[in-house]
Amino acid sequence: MSVRVYDLAHARAGDKGNTSNISVICYDARHWDFIARELTPERVAEAFKHIAKGPVRRYPLRNLKAFNFVIENALGGGVTISLAQDIHGKSLSNVMLAIELPDPPQ
Amino acid sequence: MKPEGVVRIGAGAGTSDDRMLPALELAERGDIDYLVFECLAERTVSRENLTRSKNPELGYSPSLPVRLRMVLPTCIRNGIRIVTNMGAANPVGGARAARQEAAELGLGDVPVAVVVGDDVSSVVRHHPELRLIENGEPLESILPKMISANAYLGADVVCEALDTGAPMVLTGRVADPSLFLAPIMHKFGWSYDDMPRIAQGTAAGHLLECTASVTGGCFGWPGKKDVPDLAHNGYPFADASADGAIVIGKTPDTGGRLDVMTCTEQLIYEIHDPTAYITPDCVLDITGISLKQEASDRVRVEGARARPRTDTYKANVGYADGYIGEGEVSYGGIDAVARAKWAAEVVRERLRRQGFVYDDFRVDLIGMSSLHGEPDKRPEPYEVRLRLAGRTHDRKAAHAIGFETRAMHMHGPGGAGGACEPRVRDVLAVKSVLLPRNLVNPQILVEGSL
Repeated sequence: MSVRVYDLAHARAGDKGNTSNISVICYDARHWDFIARELTPERVAEAFKHIAKGPVRRYPLRNLKAFNFVIENALGGGVTISLAQDIHGKSLSNVMLAIELPDPPQ
Repeated sequence: MKPEGVVRIGAGAGTSDDRMLPALELAERGDIDYLVFECLAERTVSRENLTRSKNPELGYSPSLPVRLRMVLPTCIRNGIRIVTNMGAANPVGGARAARQEAAELGLGDVPVAVVVGDDVSSVVRHHPELRLIENGEPLESILPKMISANAYLGADVVCEALDTGAPMVLTGRVADPSLFLAPIMHKFGWSYDDMPRIAQGTAAGHLLECTASVTGGCFGWPGKKDVPDLAHNGYPFADASADGAIVIGKTPDTGGRLDVMTCTEQLIYEIHDPTAYITPDCVLDITGISLKQEASDRVRVEGARARPRTDTYKANVGYADGYIGEGEVSYGGIDAVARAKWAAEVVRERLRRQGFVYDDFRVDLIGMSSLHGEPDKRPEPYEVRLRLAGRTHDRKAAHAIGFETRAMHMHGPGGAGGACEPRVRDVLAVKSVLLPRNLVNPQILVEGSL
């Protein structure tokens, strides 16, 4: 059994220069500790390794049932010079949502 | 009904290309006191500076006339004051255009308070030693190609512009949340010493600065995160009280949704360290914020904290950095992906043989791997659109990408269809520096008579 981030949380991606930030917001606060344990910056960096050089930092926002992932060197040099179609990386939240986590929560 | 004692700040635009009509609905039915239009993306001011260099009367946001024409009659009639950064690279020119719109609508002589001083291009020319935030290199490296340099001004100078009593305040570069904080500071006489209140007002500004992103835009997911009547989603407002209480609401009788989920997504949007979101007004900490659904489409914001503002302004420096060329063509049916990949090789080989070189080059298979990469791991779609894009300082090389891609119709693998015209665009790159506050001199001018 495994779950995807998608099953437990919603997400939105934002951009600043060549850095993407992706929120991960639990539908249910009881899943926050599970996400904290399993959705490590290392796991996220692995999922994004073909898109972003990193590093990846994770900030906890317990009050908001959320985390903020800040992924550097993620946007093809930045909005103003990127050759990507999605220069802002708005669609990158879906890479986050597709990450599989090994153990289902209690 | 608007609660007693609050000032209601409406969000009328969150980007230069934002939709128009929801702002009018908000002005007509939202019972707002202020309508704020935030219309400047990172490179917008650079682009408008180029426009201004061709015609000195232009350089304000191209959407200014149509946005203002739409809302001015309602705003003037109802005493709703307008605050906007649509002045872009020419706030005075924008003010003149705005006044002309008002006159043509029969609204008479509408004075406009103009905030100037965000243009710091002459200042930074004298400080080539300043370091670029992005890569630590000296500013000197991009100065020869500089098109614009603009500091993100804060709420204080916008507040001062509101103190003139003018029905409209027009600015160039001002930090997005500051545009919304300013009318609240003005209404209640807050100063930068009122730290918890400045924090609350800044959080409100951040929640409003992307308009529909807090009312169900950029949010919905069928069957998972449903958004009722998304086609008619409404724009948000903030009800602010003198003690710093903030409640977010939206235009009555519109679609969309405004709840803790939509507000949480927007609150974290484009934030890095959530304990240190730096604006010109404060260093905001959102980690203590709690959001509570107070009523249908009303969310209360509590617990924002902040530290005092820093002693620098961030300034964006825009500069010309060559060209991006693009071409696209489609393949469908049997072996569509194989033919698209072959076409990409042929185009690249033809570009190489003509001696064109690129700083960066990219091949996308749209419908398969253009957004998230990894073409080898994706299932093959029935049809695929090939896209090639390259960045170069040679305009001919940029154009050749689209030219050679279009030629796949006659000179590539079989069955290519629907190529687009070759596309070339100027690259307006942006980097940033921090400027000590004493180097920046924001000022207020008034166009028209108060």
